[in-house]
Amino acid sequence: MKSAVIVFPGANCDRDVAVALERASGIAPLMVWHRDTELPDVDLIVLPGGFSFGDYLRCGAMAARAPIMPAVVARAKAGVPTVGICNGFQALTEAGLLPGALMRNAGLDFVCRDVHLRVEEADTPFTRRYEKGQVIRIPIAHGDGNYFADDATLDRLEGEGRVAFRYVTSDGEPTDAANPNGSRRNIAGILDAGGTVLGLMPHPERLADAALGGEDGKPFFRSIVEHLS
Amino acid sequence: MRAKVLVTLKSGVLDPQGKAISHALGALGFDGVREVRQGKSIEIELDETDRTKARATIDSMCAKLLANPVIETYSVELSE
Repeated sequence: MKSAVIVFPGANCDRDVAVALERASGIAPLMVWHRDTELPDVDLIVLPGGFSFGDYLRCGAMAARAPIMPAVVARAKAGVPTVGICNGFQALTEAGLLPGALMRNAGLDFVCRDVHLRVEEADTPFTRRYEKGQVIRIPIAHGDGNYFADDATLDRLEGEGRVAFRYVTSDGEPTDAANPNGSRRNIAGILDAGGTVLGLMPHPERLADAALGGEDGKPFFRSIVEHLS
Repeated sequence: MRAKVLVTLKSGVLDPQGKAISHALGALGFDGVREVRQGKSIEIELDETDRTKARATIDSMCAKLLANPVIETYSVELSE
């Protein structure tokens, strides 16, 4: 499995996700600089978390217009599995690959803690090693993770099985109290219409090794490897 | 030509920052504040001297970068 991690100035999870990918696949991903304009032939593209370009203008806005992005968008639209984590999710919405936008957290606080997620769809390249409805514990760390889209878009996402993860209680209930940032309908991650582009605010790469305090993120990377093999 | 672009959240989109400002104003004793909406102002100096062309350029800038049409709207003020 050949994968590429796009590196933006201000990203800080590029190495973490590279380690998780290498552990899962046995192959170190290519680290592709944002100013490159050509993307090597890869099976997976990752936009990592962090604070690219200092979150100037809007989170992910500058990253979405970086020189490498036309190649990323073209490849993603052609069906190459593409995942954006946290800041990467913001960039995917800004690039128009995913609908909606990530706004300032409703409580205005930067929220950095583990949350419970419910896996809403297990039939995706990113979640096949989980079970539908499974509750997992994954860290979040963001100030702008408040997912917004209009009602028609949300209905469409739900109707088409494109909500991948939701914030829930430890019992799997999507309550207001379990929603860390005010995201509409407790949405933590969504897929594109083709099901091969995923954006999520939580960081599976931060809990994919027992030494980090948990392994709930490990199946995420195992899923991708399994899907591509 | 100088352009002042005012980017604001669309009506109907929750503005947590505006809400926080509103609460703070209340705490400072300013009564009667109905709603606060926060936006951002971007000033751009252009070589262009033709108003129509300048406006078209700014609109294109807004569509491509300055505003996110999913959540934001904008207005433009041009001056010499």
